[in-house]
Amino acid sequence: MEKKIGCYICTGCGIGEALDVKALGNIAAKEQKIPVVKNHEFLCGPEGINLIRNDMTAEGVNALVIVGCSHRVKTEEFRLGVAQMDRVDIRDKCLWVLDVPEGDKTAKEDRQMMASDYVRIGCVKVKKMNDPKPFEAPTPFSKDVLVVGGGIAGLSAALEVAQTGYNVLLVEKEETLGGKVAKMHKVSPSRAPYNKLEENPLPKLLAEVKGNKHIKILNNTIVQKTVGAPGLFDVTLKNGSGTSVERVGSIIIATGYRAYDPAKLEKRLGYGSSPDVITSMEFEEMAKAGKIVRKSDGKPAKRVAFSLCAGQRDSSHLEYCSGACCVYSLKQALYVIENQPDASAYLIYQEVRTPGQMEDFYRKVQNEGGIFIKGDVKQVSQGGTGLTLDVDDKILRKEIKMDVDLLVLATGMETTVDTTDPNSASPVGSQVDELPGSILNLQYRQGPGLPSLKNNFPDSHFICFPYETRRTGIYVAGPARRPMGIAASRTDAAGAALKAIQVVESVARGAAVHPRAGDLSFPSFREEGCTQCKRCTEECPFGAINEDQKGNPLFNPTRCRRCGTCMGACPQKIISFANYSVDMIGSMLKEMEIPEADEEKPRILVFACENDAIPAIDMVGRSRLGALSPFVRIIPLRCMGSMSLVWIADAMAKGYDGVLLMGCRHGTDYQCHNVRGSALAEIRLSKVSETLDRLQLESSRVKMVEVNIMDAETLPQVINDFVAEISKLDPNPYKEF
Amino acid sequence: MADGQAAGQTILVVGGGISGLTTAVEAAEVGYNVLLVEKTPHFGGRVAQHNKYFPKLCSPTCGLEINYQRVKNNPRIRLMTLAEVEEIKGSTGAYTARIRQNPRFVNQKCTACGDCAKACETEVANPYNFGMNKVKAIRHDHFMAFPSHYYMDPNFAASDEAKKLVAVCPVGAIDLGMKATVIEEKVASVVWSTGWKPFNAEKILPYGFGRIANVTTNMRFERMADKFGPTGGKLVRPSDGKEAKNVAFIQCAGSRDHNYLAFCSRICCLASMKQATYVRGLYPDAKVTIYYIDLRAMDRYEAFQKMVEADAGVRWIKSKPARIDEDAKTGNPVVVGENTLTGVRYEEPYDLVVLATGMEPNSATVAKVPCSDARYDEYGFVVSSGGLFSSGCSSQPSDVSGSVQSSTASALRAIQTAVNAKG
Repeated sequence: MEKKIGCYICTGCGIGEALDVKALGNIAAKEQKIPVVKNHEFLCGPEGINLIRNDMTAEGVNALVIVGCSHRVKTEEFRLGVAQMDRVDIRDKCLWVLDVPEGDKTAKEDRQMMASDYVRIGCVKVKKMNDPKPFEAPTPFSKDVLVVGGGIAGLSAALEVAQTGYNVLLVEKEETLGGKVAKMHKVSPSRAPYNKLEENPLPKLLAEVKGNKHIKILNNTIVQKTVGAPGLFDVTLKNGSGTSVERVGSIIIATGYRAYDPAKLEKRLGYGSSPDVITSMEFEEMAKAGKIVRKSDGKPAKRVAFSLCAGQRDSSHLEYCSGACCVYSLKQALYVIENQPDASAYLIYQEVRTPGQMEDFYRKVQNEGGIFIKGDVKQVSQGGTGLTLDVDDKILRKEIKMDVDLLVLATGMETTVDTTDPNSASPVGSQVDELPGSILNLQYRQGPGLPSLKNNFPDSHFICFPYETRRTGIYVAGPARRPMGIAASRTDAAGAALKAIQVVESVARGAAVHPRAGDLSFPSFREEGCTQCKRCTEECPFGAINEDQKGNPLFNPTRCRRCGTCMGACPQKIISFANYSVDMIGSMLKEMEIPEADEEKPRILVFACENDAIPAIDMVGRSRLGALSPFVRIIPLRCMGSMSLVWIADAMAKGYDGVLLMGCRHGTDYQCHNVRGSALAEIRLSKVSETLDRLQLESSRVKMVEVNIMDAETLPQVINDFVAEISKLDPNPYKEF
Repeated sequence: MADGQAAGQTILVVGGGISGLTTAVEAAEVGYNVLLVEKTPHFGGRVAQHNKYFPKLCSPTCGLEINYQRVKNNPRIRLMTLAEVEEIKGSTGAYTARIRQNPRFVNQKCTACGDCAKACETEVANPYNFGMNKVKAIRHDHFMAFPSHYYMDPNFAASDEAKKLVAVCPVGAIDLGMKATVIEEKVASVVWSTGWKPFNAEKILPYGFGRIANVTTNMRFERMADKFGPTGGKLVRPSDGKEAKNVAFIQCAGSRDHNYLAFCSRICCLASMKQATYVRGLYPDAKVTIYYIDLRAMDRYEAFQKMVEADAGVRWIKSKPARIDEDAKTGNPVVVGENTLTGVRYEEPYDLVVLATGMEPNSATVAKVPCSDARYDEYGFVVSSGGLFSSGCSSQPSDVSGSVQSSTASALRAIQTAVNAKG
């Protein structure tokens, strides 16, 4: 079907009074050759919308340039089922950000020029757009979910997925299911009233899992390697009798935690020097066996001390807190003292961390006579009646000696997920068929494990989007994701189950998952133009692109999050989306009018991230937080990661006097929704001086700034300061060409 | 399976804060229909009142904005603001919810141009800023408000000035004739995400909030720290507007205490540490004192605590203060108590004292689940049962990350109910 563009210019909200709308219409109709160009005084109202709809029906208009307000408002009204559409914002980002005093002809003219340029580039953008054709995955496409790990988190995840109607393949490396919880006597409260020990939930859960026809359980099995992408993962499973390959749609890693090795702890805690110094897990096994005794001589242990934070919150060991050990130790204290008036439990702590309703459980242990000592164990020695602990009691402000039968060390949790630093990952050639210690052994160009954000935990946006890893379709549940106890793990498993189902349903529709959820576009690669430079395969924040032996990119559309980082990385311009391309943005910037040098109207091009910087600019307008220089022209980008250096060269060659890039905060506390986009843009930009040198231009003409979504107040100054800096330079000499 | 699931299966999500928004987008992106109902004029809830999140010290708006984009781009989500669920009848998988749509007095035509607010002369106490400043009677609550449509204070709608404003709107969006309407919706499952409100600090009599001008609360302080807030980002004493350069935070104000809230609200320790960075960042010569019982910086937040601890301008006193007096001459609040670690009694004056008040679940008071099957724990948190699920701070005191975790889980369980109801 031939494209027929309609350009509709709203004259409401003061647009009609401020601008020469007829002239704008002429730009669309005559200069840009848009076949249908119309004005309406209230385009987002029912009449205006009908005007567009009628043209779609009667005139065959199938692509739209809507000139009016920001795309961030009136989204519902302009949801007209047209994929090829641009909202040209001449209200929020033009009228509302410019200071045009009454009667100031120059200012008025400048404003008209800005609106004209925005109309031009809107038309160009839509001309360059194609309908995104959703990726149709090859068959067999699977919606089954692989759950790795048969502990409490894995079992819960498997059951949650199965109860939603999807098939599950549950892989456990041990002979039996249950993981660490199988060794547990009782569990701490998961529901009201929060002051009672609960029976171990495992037997019931196991029965449900085993009885669910959607769940296939594979014990004694490991994942040898994983190839593929969401909907199309081929997982090689290995057990005693050999290997098999299963196709699954998505993966939940629920391999739990590794207890911190007590042998690494300081000698002062006595682990290894006395059999009566044990870990929480060893104590738990004792309790389950019904015999809380001194290991040294088998006598009943009536005096039990618990040292919390053993090797945690400590820069020599785990620097973080494992979150669940306080509650866990309280539970174990109850094993000792509940209904046993002759027994004592001492909890030696730094802080008691019992958030939420767990405070009730803390009170319960206090009421049962648990003895809480804020301090540190300084030394453990063999005393006359058992262990003697030297404890620095911070409340009594002195060292005390305590005789106990057992000392239990609450060691922390480390994730069992193998993490990968994509920047130093081994390339495709070194991928191996089996990698001990790797959960999935991903056959990804960027390495076999999951990238980590902090403390080796494999997340990427842990406040707002805690389930997001950087490997699409692979989610992590339970303490493998973040330190947590049993109740939280079960909730976490349900959340991960949702994400695992969501990704298969989304990619089955050809749609992206977070953050561009629902986006049907995906990049295509013009392979014959590739020079095997590997930038796209190295830079994709989500590891979506593999390589063949020659270094050609092997793209996996269902792994793709549509950020466009590959497009920005490619020096050959061979990567593009149906509705977003190097050519599109390049054509847009070239279409704007650059005044002659002697007109003294410089032109500053601003590339702004549409996630944070663009909303911030909108807010400048909406709240009238200040005036922008009329010489700036703003082009939104999907993500700074999609920024191509070609555009900088094009802009300079076209005669723009400066280019300002506005991306999200990067570094340790990055805010880029695509993790690496703004960081990569910064790296790319460090090479721009070569381009500028070649053109014999000052390197200060191009600058990148970090813009937070709430920087609206300072944004006008940031932009205007840059314009002022650029204005000190001579005009770009290329204007004359 | 999700194929064809849309056939009449709708999930009702009540509350449009971070928890409700998350439940809605996560369920809708699987392919289910969601009706998201918010009582106030805008989405965003409690997090939208926050200046920054700990530990990244980033703006809540950033994550909210992405979620709003996801909402806007997803036709499976229906939104209602100024709407309250009055009754839920029926049984698991087949509920009928009666929802009251309160009038906005501004219709869908609103283009958010702001002409009405500019013309409006009447100002009212600003609930978004806890009454610390005044706002126009027709407005949106903050400039990132979603939806961006303006709304009119219902008390103002009957005034003569309101009638005059009708003509100010260039597109005729002000409609004073709007009446409350009631609709009924058939839904398979319900997720209750009505969040929390700050515990009423006036109830903690020894701390003098409401009586001593320079005793404030953490949420009020949060609004002050916002550069678009009532003080333009300045941290000042309410009594005289002077910069607060000697600030004390009192943890567990009304929490972990059987007289008030017996539970721990989980977030207040980190919130005060975060707010300490506001003070120290704004006034480099300022001093901060944090009175605490236990510092609960769970898991990776430990690093944030370490960072704040590394600041010599922040002093930590393990103590639950006995009371706060007011120095009549200076207006300084004077914190009185005993240091647990040194045993020394103190009586220290500050420019400003911030009470780290806890979370009271709205489901205990103003947002009870109007369904006879609803179950609660003793604090009024909603216990999931049947096809009614709770998420975020309706289920337990949670930080944002925990709220998103439980909301994603609740989205799945709501879907399971829909799937199984269909058979």
